[in-house]
Amino acid sequence: MTSAANDLPTLEVRNLETHFFTRAGVLRAVNDVSFSVKRGEIMGLVGESGSGKSVTGFSIMGMVDAPGRIVGGEVRFQGQDLRQLDESAMRDLRGNRIAMIFQDPMMTLNPVLRIETQMVESVLAHDKVDRAEARRRAVEALGLVGISSPEERLRAYPHQFSGGMRQRVAIAIAMLHKPELIIADEPTTALDVTIQAQILHEAQKLCRRYDTAMIWITHDLSVVAGLADRVCVMYAGQLVEGGQVDAVLDHPLHPYTAGLIGSVPSQNMRGRRLTQIPGMTPSLLRLPKGCPFQARCDRAHDDCAQVPVSRELIPGRWVRCFYPCETEAVP
Amino acid sequence: MLVYLIRRLAQSILVLLVMAVLVFVGIFAVGNPVDVLINPEADLQEQQATIERLGLDLPLHEQLFVFMGNAVKGDFGRSFLHGEPAMEIILTRLPATMELAVVALAISLVFGVLFGLWAGLKPYAFSGKTIMAGSILGFSLPNFWQGLMLILIFAVFLGWLPAGGRGETTEFLGMRVSFLTADGWSHILLPALNLAIFKMCLVIRLARAGTREAALQDYVKFARAKGLSPRRIVLVHILKNIMIPVVTVVGLELGSMIAFAVVTETVFAWPGIGKLLIDSIVNLDRPVVVAYLVLTVFMFVIINLTVDLIYSVLDPRVRLAEVKA
Amino acid sequence: MSEQTAPLEPIASDLSPEAGFAETPWRRFAVEFASSRLAMVGLLLFLGIALAAIFAPWIVPQDPYDLAQLDIMDGQLPPGSASLAGYTYLLGTDDQGRDMLSAIIYGLRISLLVGSVSVVIALLVGGSLGLLAAYFGGAVDSVIMRVVDIQLSFPAILVALILLAIFGNGVDKVIIALVIVQWAYYARTVRGTALVERRKEYMEAASCLALSHRRIVFRHLLPNCLPPLIVVATVQIAQAIALEATLSFLGVGVPITEPSLGLLIANGFEYMMSGRYWISFFPGVALVLAIISINLVGDQLRDILNPRLKS
Repeated sequence: MTSAANDLPTLEVRNLETHFFTRAGVLRAVNDVSFSVKRGEIMGLVGESGSGKSVTGFSIMGMVDAPGRIVGGEVRFQGQDLRQLDESAMRDLRGNRIAMIFQDPMMTLNPVLRIETQMVESVLAHDKVDRAEARRRAVEALGLVGISSPEERLRAYPHQFSGGMRQRVAIAIAMLHKPELIIADEPTTALDVTIQAQILHEAQKLCRRYDTAMIWITHDLSVVAGLADRVCVMYAGQLVEGGQVDAVLDHPLHPYTAGLIGSVPSQNMRGRRLTQIPGMTPSLLRLPKGCPFQARCDRAHDDCAQVPVSRELIPGRWVRCFYPCETEAVP
Repeated sequence: MLVYLIRRLAQSILVLLVMAVLVFVGIFAVGNPVDVLINPEADLQEQQATIERLGLDLPLHEQLFVFMGNAVKGDFGRSFLHGEPAMEIILTRLPATMELAVVALAISLVFGVLFGLWAGLKPYAFSGKTIMAGSILGFSLPNFWQGLMLILIFAVFLGWLPAGGRGETTEFLGMRVSFLTADGWSHILLPALNLAIFKMCLVIRLARAGTREAALQDYVKFARAKGLSPRRIVLVHILKNIMIPVVTVVGLELGSMIAFAVVTETVFAWPGIGKLLIDSIVNLDRPVVVAYLVLTVFMFVIINLTVDLIYSVLDPRVRLAEVKA
Repeated sequence: MSEQTAPLEPIASDLSPEAGFAETPWRRFAVEFASSRLAMVGLLLFLGIALAAIFAPWIVPQDPYDLAQLDIMDGQLPPGSASLAGYTYLLGTDDQGRDMLSAIIYGLRISLLVGSVSVVIALLVGGSLGLLAAYFGGAVDSVIMRVVDIQLSFPAILVALILLAIFGNGVDKVIIALVIVQWAYYARTVRGTALVERRKEYMEAASCLALSHRRIVFRHLLPNCLPPLIVVATVQIAQAIALEATLSFLGVGVPITEPSLGLLIANGFEYMMSGRYWISFFPGVALVLAIISINLVGDQLRDILNPRLKS
């Protein structure tokens, strides 16, 4: 790898637009989204369900199915725009240089195929090696994610594993080719809290060890707090705020982020009422003019009917809001 | 489990027994075979001798008693028409029916899964819709008329295939079979297709529904995210998942395949047990009819029992409910 | 799509806005039914076939079973031929010079008669038994359902063949055989629904009011079990017609004096080999159209009446 490539972010998304052309109208699932992830960096992508987080992930993978389509923007992976690649070139990248992990480990592994089959096929899809070598790599990958006696485990079917174990297997499959980028779509949401912690730890360890960039999609701020380096907050198809995790969580700039943080129960707020954001998320089919959050926002003014542009208020901190919170308080 | 097995077995034997009695008594009530069988010009003494030889002079319950006694030994009497033991006639005809049913089953499975897979992957495309429309048509076509149309098209108009009969047969494992010669294949193709179409439509529906469901599952998305080729995703990940319900249903349908062979064999003059049954009903050949029915009921009881047992082994909930009951 | 089909039917007026607020269950049902163009085509086709069958004696060009009207010289004429008397045989003639169109309409009459009568009787018998089984439970239930289970484990055609081998030919006998073959489907359907309904609160309320068994079963339970029963019955009419045709084709169904479509097809079989296809072909087309039209209606009914599929 040249030094020039090293300076490039692993992934750079610019003005991404993914729309779904449904019978009810055009659903703007991803709306002018831009962000980047560097080598070895973990970026949390936080938002409510339906805010477009997962579609963003699938857009990067080139796996948006009809009636959905990427209608604009760039997805630059190691400097190359993935939107220019054809399907077979994309297939060479998927699972090889960009891997993805899904939410429900019960559903992501094929119930009727042995773990061995599902791992070996993944090796063979990208490398011309014989089955024995493919199998050896599978064993190694299982060992990597902390699965004991991987040789025997290979012969098992998914239903013989617990949920946490299955997610470990999924991560092992994602790690088979030591990808440069992993997109993790809520991989711990379906797990118990203790298992969740183990998986988070495991994922973080692997990223650090192999210098893998990772996008961790979640609706859970506490997950992001413990795991990610940077965080982007998504609301109604747009990124509303981004920055270093600690900075964003301690001093949210966007009223939505502030509301989100205020609605999470935590120890230091014992005895105080949790706040809630009034109103409901607007339908992606009928977004209001201007800022999508204006109707629920107590800081909104008339000019919020204009589309706010993303502004970098402080180096490394940007927000898409005309009236951000506590700008004064930010160091 | 053992209790369940014994109870289930006892029940099956009871069904078999009741069916045998019902069939025998029922058949007894039908017409008088004497009128059909005995040369009207024969004198009274000759007629009487024949009646006694066939045991037709005894009262119903005694005939039944004799019948049951013999039936247990596998003896269902001699055919009035052919003079040979009824069960023997049926057993010599059985391989033809079995061969037909197996070929039909294979056709319905292979083409049903292929078409169903295609229609499931492209539900909105013209090809997918055409397959579905075709399968609805296949459900609605009466089997016998569909057979006539196959003959009309492929035998009468196009002249590609023979209209009926079994063609050249060869010895295989002690049975006469068609599938080893080209002539045999040309004869079995149309009847097997006719028998297969209905089941094929069933398989198409199952496979399509399964494919559409599987295609939305996360494991298919995950397989795509692994960079697998569409070919491997469809032929391994999706196909393997839809095969479980398909094979279960097709296995269950084997019995009805044999029953429906009656129609196909009649249309295509296929010398199996189905055609034999119709001929025997028309000719009032009681022993053959009774032997056929007892054999079929027996086969059905076995098939149903096997299916029930396999289910109770596969599904723990079924097992539990049965043990408690 | 519904706007385009609407003018075909009187239901069209129901779609107009002024009718919208006076919505009754029947009207809503009619509108939902009309929303599928295919189902409407099926319904119209079926109505056409049924009317032709009912009014057969007044609409057929020739009484196919009045031997005085048949001319053997007109035998086996292809479709469109002119008779000696100058009349055109649209669908050709059979070996005895019988106009196929007339024979088919008369055949439809018998096929539909056998199909619908057997379904109605089987519905009454099976429905009542299923209702009884569900309402009383216990021994009544287990005896009835055991018989149902055993019968349904054998294919309908086999049971019907056994029965007709015992009964012999005849329209009445075919109907009896079809009733025996079909009742179990209704019994099972009704029992299944009734068991679910029985646990609902309105049933509890009815028994708290100390209503008679009869009133509870027929005024409260039965109406709520009807939707799935209607769906099964529609599909079964098509099944019954197909089964009757098959049995008659095999020579164990209706007698030669009352030829249904199946028998007409069987009669034409021997001529088909020499290319005179129309004697078997057209009765088959009529049969298939009847079955398909009923199935289309049945499919749409199932979609509307099955709330599980709706959601």
